[in-house]
Amino acid sequence: MHQPTPLLELRGISKTFPGVKALDNVQLSLYPGRVTALIGENGAGKSTLVKTMTGIYQADAGDILFDGCRVHLSSPEDARALGVTAIHQETVLFDELSVTENIFAGHYLKKPKTGALDWKRMHERAREILLDIEAPIDPKTRLKQLSIGQRHMVAIARALSFDARVVILDEPTAALSHHEIEELYEIVERLKAQGCAIMFISHKFDEIFRIADYFTVFRDGQYIGQGGIEEVSEEELVRMMVGRTVDQVFPKSEVDVGAVVLSVKNLSHPTEFDNISFDLRRGEILGFYGLVGAGRTELMQALFGVSKQITGEVRLKGKLLKVSSPAEAISEGIVYVPEERQAQGTILELPIFQNIGLPQLSTINSSGILSTKAEYEVADRYATRLRVKAPTWHEKVENLSGGNQQKVVIAKWLATKPEVIILDEPTKGIDIGSKAAVHEFMSELVQEGLAVIMVSSELPEVMGMSDRIVVMHEGLSVAELNRADFSAEAIVSAATGGGH
Amino acid sequence: MANLLKNRETQLAAVIVLMLVLIAFVNPDFIAPSNLLSVYTESSILIILALAQMLVVLTRCIDLSVAANVALTGMVVAMINSQYPELTLPLVIAAGVVLGTLLGMINGLMVWKLGIPAIVVTLGTMSIYRGIVFLISNGEWVNSHEMSLAFINTPRTEIFGVQGFAIISLLIIAAIYIFTEKRPLGREMYAAGNSPTAAFYTGIDVGRTQFWAFTISGMLSGLCGYLWISRYAVAYVDVALGFELQVVAACVIGGVSIMGGIGTVLGCVLGALFLGVINNALPVIGISPFWQMAISGSVIVIAVIANSRAERKVGRIILRKATLARG
Amino acid sequence: MDGIMSQTTQAKATTGVSWTSRFKTWEAFLLLITAAVFVLNTLASPYFLDPWNLSDATFNFTEKAVVALPLALLIICREIDLSVASIIALCSVVMGLLAEAGFSIPLLVLGSLIAGTLCGLLNGVLVTRFDIPSIVVTIGTMSLFRGITYIILGDTALKSYPSGFEYFGQGYVYWVFSFEFVSFLVLAAVFYFLLHRTNFGRRTYAIGNNPTAAFYSGINVARHRLILFCLVGLFCGLASVMLTSRLGSTRPTIALGWELSIITMVVLGGVNILGGSGTISGVVIAVFLMGMVTFGLGLLNVPGIVMSIIIGLMLIAVIAMPILLRRFKQRRS
Repeated sequence: MHQPTPLLELRGISKTFPGVKALDNVQLSLYPGRVTALIGENGAGKSTLVKTMTGIYQADAGDILFDGCRVHLSSPEDARALGVTAIHQETVLFDELSVTENIFAGHYLKKPKTGALDWKRMHERAREILLDIEAPIDPKTRLKQLSIGQRHMVAIARALSFDARVVILDEPTAALSHHEIEELYEIVERLKAQGCAIMFISHKFDEIFRIADYFTVFRDGQYIGQGGIEEVSEEELVRMMVGRTVDQVFPKSEVDVGAVVLSVKNLSHPTEFDNISFDLRRGEILGFYGLVGAGRTELMQALFGVSKQITGEVRLKGKLLKVSSPAEAISEGIVYVPEERQAQGTILELPIFQNIGLPQLSTINSSGILSTKAEYEVADRYATRLRVKAPTWHEKVENLSGGNQQKVVIAKWLATKPEVIILDEPTKGIDIGSKAAVHEFMSELVQEGLAVIMVSSELPEVMGMSDRIVVMHEGLSVAELNRADFSAEAIVSAATGGGH
Repeated sequence: MANLLKNRETQLAAVIVLMLVLIAFVNPDFIAPSNLLSVYTESSILIILALAQMLVVLTRCIDLSVAANVALTGMVVAMINSQYPELTLPLVIAAGVVLGTLLGMINGLMVWKLGIPAIVVTLGTMSIYRGIVFLISNGEWVNSHEMSLAFINTPRTEIFGVQGFAIISLLIIAAIYIFTEKRPLGREMYAAGNSPTAAFYTGIDVGRTQFWAFTISGMLSGLCGYLWISRYAVAYVDVALGFELQVVAACVIGGVSIMGGIGTVLGCVLGALFLGVINNALPVIGISPFWQMAISGSVIVIAVIANSRAERKVGRIILRKATLARG
Repeated sequence: MDGIMSQTTQAKATTGVSWTSRFKTWEAFLLLITAAVFVLNTLASPYFLDPWNLSDATFNFTEKAVVALPLALLIICREIDLSVASIIALCSVVMGLLAEAGFSIPLLVLGSLIAGTLCGLLNGVLVTRFDIPSIVVTIGTMSLFRGITYIILGDTALKSYPSGFEYFGQGYVYWVFSFEFVSFLVLAAVFYFLLHRTNFGRRTYAIGNNPTAAFYSGINVARHRLILFCLVGLFCGLASVMLTSRLGSTRPTIALGWELSIITMVVLGGVNILGGSGTISGVVIAVFLMGMVTFGLGLLNVPGIVMSIIIGLMLIAVIAMPILLRRFKQRRS
């Protein structure tokens, strides 16, 4: 394949955050009319790179070349002026504003003479773009009324509303249904034909092999390699991505599955999920797979007492539970490691030992008066067991790497001696070493007789670690598979609404 | 949902009409057109300041210094007028507006460039500005006989029976409406308040929108400084003391969310009129004016409860049946 | 290996730096300024160092400081109460009415404390039940509570306080140490213990830094905040007892505008207005600093309204200064 000159080229880019080197001297080239897949595990630095390319972050070192000229992207506006546009992983849009305004915010169409906003033209243009991507959404609707998939389509429409020359798609299919994904592929083909340079981030290999022309692999914030997609096999890509062979990745242990610990019957929420039933046994890891926004997190939060409007039945060891707050869930023995580690899992500004002691302060200091020593001992026991890497347990959690922060969250919950531990995307955004440690730790937990629920959007992880998998789609439980029947095709097809 | 939001304004309008009907039972003269017009005229300053406050609140800030700004610019224009009575009125007003704008810019700069929370900045400037009124006036009053006739009477000039105060406020309402609906900066204030992160991602400088909101708030406060002094024909240190609370109350009653990003010109005007009707009706229906403060306090509390119900985040509708039901 | 590691970490734990250390510099800075103001005052006025003059000066700020202590906890917990001055006024009215009805001194005090707590409870319920930002709620209740005092009093005053009642605001425990000042010192110690040495204090910091994570860690965030609102109300009641007793009368304008100086004390003391950090020792030093500045200006015959300029400037300056210093350092490095 003839290789044209790159439209956008990154050389020696580095970016450091407190406690973590997110990008370390990486390089990347995007070519006009070509799709380059950026491949790497969670935490490889992909999202940081996207933010650097769109002017949200500024690199600490390195050069960005556009059409061969060195450019400085000091704000999102600079990037947009060059025609660099991105659809971010988490859709960052305005809930209260209309679809049209979400598409045109920051680059409104104006009437030439007065400079007044030309709403009529914007609504028309928005309708056109949305029809073009076969997303029949009324542009005057308020964004908060749309589903997650529809919001994603709005984000795509926004990216297309610019005269884009470089389009970055950061895991665009994570929340899309089967039909919407097909639609997206067509959009990508069209952009290619228009001569756009496209960067496609994904860790679904079928997708990458279908639409990419080139690939670039990152691992732990470092550049590993690049090449044409025909010249590489899936195994090679995985090896570059993970740095070892796949079967070592998941330390699945053989555990005798015991009696039912948690039994959920017809659990429903007015808007998030409906009629969910499952049993969880002692010594079992139950995986929950689905698209982003399928209702898995909301279901877990309901079990943990965060949502209150639920109906249905939850039994723990046969006892009917009425859990209306996390405090009650914890005292019953159900704990939850949230997906949003920094927002919900830990208190970054407090030291490790105070984070670990927090759920059971009144048990550790039964008189109500703080005993730093007692608290520290509890923290020491569990932080040591989880091999949290920190100079002392007085270190603030914000100074730890993502993986160690996650270990602190898990340590906090183990200290409460739970019956059921729910892990929501437990390895999202953490480095490969911590990831393996978390997986090993899950195996240890079930060996000790805990029951584990794991929500994960990573197919290899959910297939590698689970004893059973429940697949959710649009708030419904659409499939339940035993380990013997696991197949990637069946799981993905159920999760994307295929077979309906 | 768009209808529901409109509903909130129609609801508020209905409440105001209901109130007028009840007042009419006690004193039918109150709802005579001429009296209603004078109620509106009396509410003009509150309406202007409430609209200014709305812009600030839209960007997730609050401006508690508006009343002090009114007092300071009012004192300055009154002193200019009494010292130099021959100076033409437009120049005097312009001086007030420019001074008010500068005072607003000071707030805005500290919020934008230093990242100090707006409530701290404006709590501070509120007492600084008010203190400066004392410094420049030595605590003395500027009385009506020291002001020129043009200074006092111009806003009272009637055009088709409508006083200048009312005309100015109508013009400001129109200007702010155009600003929030048709100008990029106005829309960016909504965007910045609705989601600062998303605003940043779309290339909107959140701090800059806050700065301009404070600047406009200061500018309109400067204008109101003149209007206030001309209306009451006296300037002293305690002019408009505590009026910032009425202004914030008008916004809250009008459905402007203190969390930013939500609020309409119509709602805000209705909120100000609601308070205006109460203020004007109390003496008419024989309730002591001492009740006014407690009533506006309870109205704020009731309004925020009502708003919080309406704003309560609806869950993301992901269930198929819900999607279908929406049609 | 793990054992050794954990032992060394534990050894560090006992001697290690505590997370409060970063505020120590702020407190040192405040102390320095306080000392400077003290010296300036001594130079400026020969009357400053007189023990009775100093003791008189404490009356200017102890009533406010009594409210600043619980308010510091509330602000650390990411809430605010702008209605404190109005609560003080309302409590004073309650006492005045009880006094007119001939109730005894203990019942007056009890009435004030209960009225204050109920006001705080109302704030707290509105904030936590309806999920409304406390700044709006307390702007509303600020007018409401003050408005009620206007409704009850109009332009009259309540003055029929029984003899002996003046002790709380005018009496001395020992030599120059007034009841007010001694109460403040005792309460400062109590609040120091509460914030820095109890589970309650730990939860306050946890909620203030990240309410969601605190909730997910099993802390009853709403109840905690409700208790803090009540606590602020209770101490407004106490401050009202002192103030009313000192003035000997209740007018609707009593304690007007105090919320500003009380919040300034808290923020000046290093409490982050956005929640999550702050110490009682910082607040106590800030209280003395403000008291001293006010007293010094009083000795120089500076009028009260000018003091409000200085308080406003101080409020902004103390928050802007660290930000400017950080910028300056960054620019140089």
